[in-house]
Amino acid sequence: MTRADTLRAFKRDGRIVIVGASLAGLRAAEALRAEGFTGSLTMIGDELGEPYDRPPLSKQVLTGWVPADGTALPRRRDINAEWLLGVPASGLDMAGNVVRLADGREVPFDRVLIATGVRARPWFVESEAALDGVFVVRTREHAEGLQRALAAGPSRVLVIGAGFTGSEIASICRERDIPVTVAELAPAPLVGALGAMIGEVAADMQRAHGVDLRCGVKVTRLEGDAQGHLRRAHFDDGSTIDADVAVVALGGIRNTDWLRDSGLAAGVWGIACDTGCRALDINGLITDDVFVAGDVARCPNPIYEYRLISLEHWANAVEQAEVAAHNMVSAQADRWPHLSIPLFWSIQFGANIKSVGVPTFADEVVVTQGSVSDRRFVAAYGYQGRVTAAVSFNNAKWLDHYRQLIETAAPFPPLCPTPDQPVDSKPVPVDFPGPALIAQGATVVVTGNAPSERRVTSLQQHHR
Amino acid sequence: MTTTQMPDTLRRILDYSSRADPYPLYAELRRTPVARQEDGSYVVSTYRELAELLHDPHLSSDVRNLAHPMRSHEGETTPPFINLDPPEHDRLRRMAMRHFGPPHTPGLVAGMDGDLTAVVSGLIDGFAGKEQIDIVDDFAYPFPVTVICHLLGVPREDEPKFHVWVDGIVNSIDYNPKIDPKEKLEKGLQARKDLRQYLGGLLEQRHGRAGDDLLSRLANDDGPDGRMTDEEIVATANLLLIAGHETTVNLITNGMLTLLRHPEVLQRLRDDPDLVVPLVEELLRYEPPVHIIPWRAAYSDITVADTVIPRGSQIMLMLASGSRDPDRFHDPDRFDPDRRDNQHLGFGSGIHLCFGGPLARRETQIALTELVRRLDRPRLVADPPPYRRSPVLRGPIHLQVEQGTG
Repeated sequence: MTRADTLRAFKRDGRIVIVGASLAGLRAAEALRAEGFTGSLTMIGDELGEPYDRPPLSKQVLTGWVPADGTALPRRRDINAEWLLGVPASGLDMAGNVVRLADGREVPFDRVLIATGVRARPWFVESEAALDGVFVVRTREHAEGLQRALAAGPSRVLVIGAGFTGSEIASICRERDIPVTVAELAPAPLVGALGAMIGEVAADMQRAHGVDLRCGVKVTRLEGDAQGHLRRAHFDDGSTIDADVAVVALGGIRNTDWLRDSGLAAGVWGIACDTGCRALDINGLITDDVFVAGDVARCPNPIYEYRLISLEHWANAVEQAEVAAHNMVSAQADRWPHLSIPLFWSIQFGANIKSVGVPTFADEVVVTQGSVSDRRFVAAYGYQGRVTAAVSFNNAKWLDHYRQLIETAAPFPPLCPTPDQPVDSKPVPVDFPGPALIAQGATVVVTGNAPSERRVTSLQQHHR
Repeated sequence: MTTTQMPDTLRRILDYSSRADPYPLYAELRRTPVARQEDGSYVVSTYRELAELLHDPHLSSDVRNLAHPMRSHEGETTPPFINLDPPEHDRLRRMAMRHFGPPHTPGLVAGMDGDLTAVVSGLIDGFAGKEQIDIVDDFAYPFPVTVICHLLGVPREDEPKFHVWVDGIVNSIDYNPKIDPKEKLEKGLQARKDLRQYLGGLLEQRHGRAGDDLLSRLANDDGPDGRMTDEEIVATANLLLIAGHETTVNLITNGMLTLLRHPEVLQRLRDDPDLVVPLVEELLRYEPPVHIIPWRAAYSDITVADTVIPRGSQIMLMLASGSRDPDRFHDPDRFDPDRRDNQHLGFGSGIHLCFGGPLARRETQIALTELVRRLDRPRLVADPPPYRRSPVLRGPIHLQVEQGTG
C-alpha cells in the first residue's frame, strides 16, 4: 500500500478518539466529518450532557438572563459519534493505541485528539472550599449554583482573584446591586494579563462601580458557622470581612494529570505540540498519531520567537481544533500550521474589553487612540520596537488593524497620526508582576550518554 | 503597485452605459489593487486591501482631511456621523444607536416583524388583477419609505416633497467636476438645504413632546452622552432618511431580479423560506445596493499593498468589486445562497458598518419571501432592466415583471 492508499483507508474506516467533549472537541469532530472522515469517531467527556459554551457562564448566566442549561453549543453538522460521557479518561497508552477510562474501559484508536481543557483551581483548603457559599465557576453546574446564590440576595460577595473571570463576576454582582469585595494579590485587577497601565484603568473602573477593591492582599482563611455556611474571610493584613458568598477565581489547572505516565510532554503548563497540533513526547519528539487542541495545548507561535504559548481563549480553541482535525486526516504535504494571532474578549462594568496578540510579550505600552478617562481607547503593546499586541476598551472595531500591525512586525510605537489620537501619549513600561507559576520545580530529568541513549523521564518516574 | 494603468477603467465604470453590468470592469480594476488616478486620487478594488483600509484608523471620513475639498459638501457645517471621525462619529452614532439597537434598544428591529409583514402584504394585495407589476414603483420603493417614515416620525404623505430633494442629493453623491454639469452640484446643494430645513421644521414640534419615533426620542432623551444639538439631530435624521430607503430599494429590487435570473433558487426559496437568511447575505455580496464609497481621506500616509497613499489623498473604495474578488470568494460570479464564510462588504466594515443593516436585512428577507410566495409564475419583461443613474447606489429604476397566465 502506498501512503496515499493508507490515508484513504484511514479516512474511510479508521478510528479517531477525541478526549474532551467541550468546544475544541466538538469543533474538531465537526471538522473531521467536514474533511470527509467516515470512520468511527468516539467522544470522551467527564461531564454529562452535550457540549456547551462557557463564556456566558460568568456573564449572562449569572445575571439570570440565560439559564445555565441554555448555552448548548450550536451544532454545525451531524458528527455521528459514539459519546462516552460522565467518565473521565485516566490514561493514554501510546504503544497500544488505547485510551483508558476511569471505570476501567479501554477505547482503541488509530489517532487521538486531546482536548481536555482546564478545570477551576479550587480553594487551597479543602474543608473551607466545601463551605456552603464557596464557589468556583467553570462548569454549568457551578454557574447555576452561583446564580442561585446571587439571586438569594447575599449581604456581600467576596471575589478572590481579579483576573478576567473574577472581574466579570464582580461586575455581575454590581449589576445585581449586590455589595462585593474583590481581593487581589497583585497591585491591580487584570494586571497579570494586561500589565500595570491597564490594571490601573480596571481598578478605577471597579471602584467607580462601587466595588470594594483590595489589592496586594491575600485571603488566608474562609470561616464558616456551625451549619457549615460561609460567614467571614480573613486577610493576611489581619483584617476580616463578613460575606456569605465567596467566589474563588484563581485561574485554572490544565487537565493533564491523566497523562502523567503516557510519555507525552504533558505537565502543569499543558501539553507541548507543534504548530500542526501534533503532540510532543516527553523527549520533545513529534508524535504521529496524538494531537492536541484548546486550552490544554501549548503551541509554538513563530511571531513570538517560536515560544510555546498556552491560551485559554475561545477563538484559539476553535481555530486549533480545525487545524488539528485537518491534519489528522491529511498527508504530510497538506498539513496546516496553526498560526493565528490570539484574540480575547471580556465584558465587565459596561466595558467591552478586547485584545489581540500576546500582551505579556511586551516591554512597553502606549495609548494610540481614544481617551483613557472616557474608557474608550486602544493601547498598543511593543516589544523591542515592534507591535506585539493591542487592547481596546469599547473600541474593538479597530483591532483588525492592530492584528495586521502584529503580523507584519510593524514598528512600535506606531508612527503615523490618526484622528482621535491622545496628544500627550507616550510609551510607558508595561510592568507585569513576576510569573507566579514559575517556582514549580523541575518536572523532568535527562539520562543517558550516547545520542541513541539520551532520554527524558518525568521526575516522578525517575524517583520511583 | 502604484500605477496609472488603465486610467479609463474607472471612467467606464462611472459611465452610465456600464450600469447594467459593471462586474467585468471591476475585474479589470482588480488587476491593480490600489490604483492611482490621474487626478492624484486612489481607487482600491481588492477584498484584502478594502478590508484592511476599512479597519485602518488612518483612513478618515471627514471631508476636511482631504487636500482638495469636495464641492458637494460645501456649506455642511454639521456633517452626519457617516462623514465624521472618532470621537465625534462614535459619540453621535452611539447616541442614535441608543434608540435603534442593542444594548439599549435590543428588541426594536425584531419587534417590527409584524409591521413589516403588514406593509409588504398590503402592497402585494395591490398587485391583484395586474398582469404587469413594476417591482420598484409598486413595491421596493414604497415599502422602505413607509418603514423609515414611521421609524423617524416623518409624515408618510410628505414623501412626494422629500423625494425630489433626496433624488437631487443622491444624484450629486458622485459629482465629478470634470464630467458633470455644474447644475447637478447646485441642485444637490440646494436639495441638502431644503431637506435640512424640512427636518428642522419637524424637529421643532417634537421638543418637550414624548413620542416613540426617533425624532421625538432624540429631541427629548438625555442619555449618558447628553442630548444632540438640533443641528446634529437634523443631520442624523437626514442621513437615516436617505440611507433608510435609497439603499433598501436597490437591495430588494436586485434581489427579485437575481431570483428571476436564477429560477431554481427562486423555487428553493418558495419551498424553504428559511433559505432567505443566507440568500440575503449572498445578495449583499453578489448584487449589493451600495457599490462604492466615493471618497475617504488619508489622514496621514497610508501603506496598503506596498503602495504609499500620501496624506490628504482622496480614496475611492470599490466595495462591490471586493465582494467579487476571486482571491477571497470561490467562484465569485456565481450566485450561491449556500455559500459559507460569506464575509461580504455589502454593509461595509469597521466603525462605519451600516447603521441600518439589521433593519435592511429584515426588510429584504420579508419582502423576498412574500414576493416569491405570492407572485404567480413571475417573469422578467426586460433583461437587463433600465438602471438608475448612480454608480454608487446602484439598482434598476424600474423592474417590470409579468405574472399569471398573461
